[in-house]
Amino acid sequence: MKAYNIIDHEYDVVVLGAGGSGLRAAVGLSEAGLKTACISKVFPTRSHTSAAQGGISAALGNMGEDDWRWHMYDTVKGADWLGDQDSIEYLCKEAPKAVLELEKYGVPFSRTEEGKIYQRPFGGMTKNYGNGIVQRTCAAADRTGHAILHTLYGQALKHNTEFFIEYFALDLLMKDGECKGLIAWNLNDGTIHRFRAHTVIIATGGYGKVYYSATSAHTCTGDGNAMVLRAGLPLQDMEFVQFHPTGIYGHGTLISEGVRGEGGYLVNSKGERFMERYAPNAKDLASRDVVSRSMSIEINEGRGVGKDQDHVHLHLSHLDKSVIENRLPGITEAARLFANVDVTKDPIPVVPTVHYNMGGIPTNYKAEVLTMNGSEKTVPGLMAIGEAACVSVHGANRLGSNSLIDLVVFGRAAAKRAAELVKPRTPHEEIPETETQKCLDRFDKLRNAQGDNSTAELRLSMQKTMQSKCAVFRTEKNLKQGVDEIGKTYDGMNSISVKDKSLVFNTDLVETLEFDNLIRQAVATVDSAYHRKESRGAHAREDYPKRDDEKFMQHTLAWCDGKNTKISYRPVHQSTLTNEVQYFPPQERVY
Amino acid sequence: MVQLSLPKNSEIKKGKYFKDKTGSKNLRKVNIYRWDPSTDEGPRIDTYEVDMDNCPSKVLDILNKIKNEIDSTITYRRSCAHGVCGSCAMNMGGKNGLACTTPHAEIEGDIDIYPLPHLKVKKDLIGDLDGLYKQYQSIEPWLKNNSTKETTEIYQSKEDRAKLDGAYECIMCACCSTSCPSYWWNGDKYLGPAVLLQAYRWIIDSRDDERKARLKKVADELKLYRCHTILNCTNACPKGLNPAKAIAEIKKMLATANV
Repeated sequence: MKAYNIIDHEYDVVVLGAGGSGLRAAVGLSEAGLKTACISKVFPTRSHTSAAQGGISAALGNMGEDDWRWHMYDTVKGADWLGDQDSIEYLCKEAPKAVLELEKYGVPFSRTEEGKIYQRPFGGMTKNYGNGIVQRTCAAADRTGHAILHTLYGQALKHNTEFFIEYFALDLLMKDGECKGLIAWNLNDGTIHRFRAHTVIIATGGYGKVYYSATSAHTCTGDGNAMVLRAGLPLQDMEFVQFHPTGIYGHGTLISEGVRGEGGYLVNSKGERFMERYAPNAKDLASRDVVSRSMSIEINEGRGVGKDQDHVHLHLSHLDKSVIENRLPGITEAARLFANVDVTKDPIPVVPTVHYNMGGIPTNYKAEVLTMNGSEKTVPGLMAIGEAACVSVHGANRLGSNSLIDLVVFGRAAAKRAAELVKPRTPHEEIPETETQKCLDRFDKLRNAQGDNSTAELRLSMQKTMQSKCAVFRTEKNLKQGVDEIGKTYDGMNSISVKDKSLVFNTDLVETLEFDNLIRQAVATVDSAYHRKESRGAHAREDYPKRDDEKFMQHTLAWCDGKNTKISYRPVHQSTLTNEVQYFPPQERVY
Repeated sequence: MVQLSLPKNSEIKKGKYFKDKTGSKNLRKVNIYRWDPSTDEGPRIDTYEVDMDNCPSKVLDILNKIKNEIDSTITYRRSCAHGVCGSCAMNMGGKNGLACTTPHAEIEGDIDIYPLPHLKVKKDLIGDLDGLYKQYQSIEPWLKNNSTKETTEIYQSKEDRAKLDGAYECIMCACCSTSCPSYWWNGDKYLGPAVLLQAYRWIIDSRDDERKARLKKVADELKLYRCHTILNCTNACPKGLNPAKAIAEIKKMLATANV
């Protein structure tokens, strides 16, 4: 291997990722006086937070009475009791503060008549512990993620955050089970950079691109998750993949739940509002797993619309024109561009589409990464936030608008915790060269790969397998086939080919490294799904249709060494953080 | 007559020709600007024959198809694929736009794809936007408000919030600035439509306490008044925004207000 020239950096903290959570953490770290680097493979405002539409949940009570405990109950129930209630309490209690802070940063929220932040109804958000709909989701029209991301980037500029933009992270640097930094490749000039840090905060987002049809961006490849796997640490609850009920049929573009929040509804080929049958109370505003399953049943039973009867219709033409213009302008544009539909006249063709990963890097509510070694332990020097993390506040199913609040609440928590743990300008330990070498060996091997399989072919094969074997409804047989097929695709990496050998903006190699990251997460996902023999939240097993609290009120932990996995379990935290709220014991989950 | 000699690397040569291998009867020729900084070669135009029977409707779909099936070395930025992240801004059929929202059916004849005009090219279709990002930072894109109340938001009327519509939606794709002749010639000093639209977004935010200072800061012969109302910017914006109007509003405020 030709020796790579390495450029060294030393920081108190390195944040990997510059979406909503990474930027919020970076702002907090700068405020705390820690020398912080923020590394991202894309310019911050290109991050996928920009695609979040409907809003950010917080019990502000601007549109009627609300209470963070009600929000907590809804989140626990939405999570199908797989969420850790100490973390959920933290999320919901901190949420109003975090939203008011965003508003002070300058987020252009839509407004009520009194000039307060406008809040809309969203799936699974209720008042008084499930008794009626509440308006809790704070919105900037239907571009809330965009508005938050751009505002947070502005804040990071205000705090002079040091950015390393269009740097692709390769691996963590570990020493005796502690994280000491990371290595990244600068796409702009092809150089390799080694960042020493007392704490690394992973904020790399989800890995939706393991599936064929996803609302996720091309760049949602869960790079941080894969780095954690390669560091010998587990990922948690990877079987829980959220299918958003309303992705545009054939294209996958997200149509916000806000459409149903504002009064839109789903209709089958018989013209029925079928959600009334599946969720008599919440109807179209039941939680996403419930709506996606109901749609799949309608389609499977022959009541889908279109030539192949393989999707349903989302109606909103009955809504007041001003509601569409003022509150849903973004989806109006998306429907025109990608479905050729004028929403004021015609329904949007929609189908459940992969949208969010509840699973990820296990952490506690302080964002510290956890592993199991006999008992639950934190991994010194490593934190994770945002969609990359599994705190776990979303458990088996995330409620709409709980992801944006997760980003800012835990981005802030991570900065606070890092400020407690790291003394500014503490000298750095030496890291053994073997770690660097191991990382560069993998990089060099892929760069010089001259096999027969193109990255695009292998990626497509993985995506098709995941789409057909690990989708809304799952069975033992399907999942076993999935495990085998994903294993074969993994083996295909032995003969992968990279045509571009250069180092500057070599996107052929970037996509190959991303595929290497994706396939490891596909392995973890399908294997975790295979082992969970119950139905809970987004994980619906036709052969085990009931939730099994005795055996499976546990988080799945998956270690993957290549395609070999080890599955273990960690008990769900069954207590709250304080006495301000009582633990919500498991109940039957009906909407 | 004056003899002009062009700098090295500015002459674009004819590059490789990738013939269709699918046997499709429905082909389109796609000409793509290629330049790799790690070789000594100058830029070239590679031509790809693309099977349109199996290609979705947007220019980005063509690029993805070429990268996945014909030539994995072509290099371009892309991410969200539905017009919200601003990564895939480029020049297609002579017009700036987002590859993910531009229908290829709207381009007649061969499809020519170039990087955004007048940027330093990093590789193939990737332009260098660092200068624009620095200018963005220079307008201090954050709320300046002295309120110390922690328990409530800063109130804003619906009418005042409506003033931000048409400004806050900007995704900083740079389609507008790189279509502006004034920005081409004075891009180091003139802020350009994208950044001025952002400046305007903070100037008219009723919650901001530094309106006058912000106006003063852009009131500069080069930063602001290099806009000669050519309106290419408004024509180019893939989000349907009107940066030219925002610039005019800033000029009007400076002309009428006591700044």
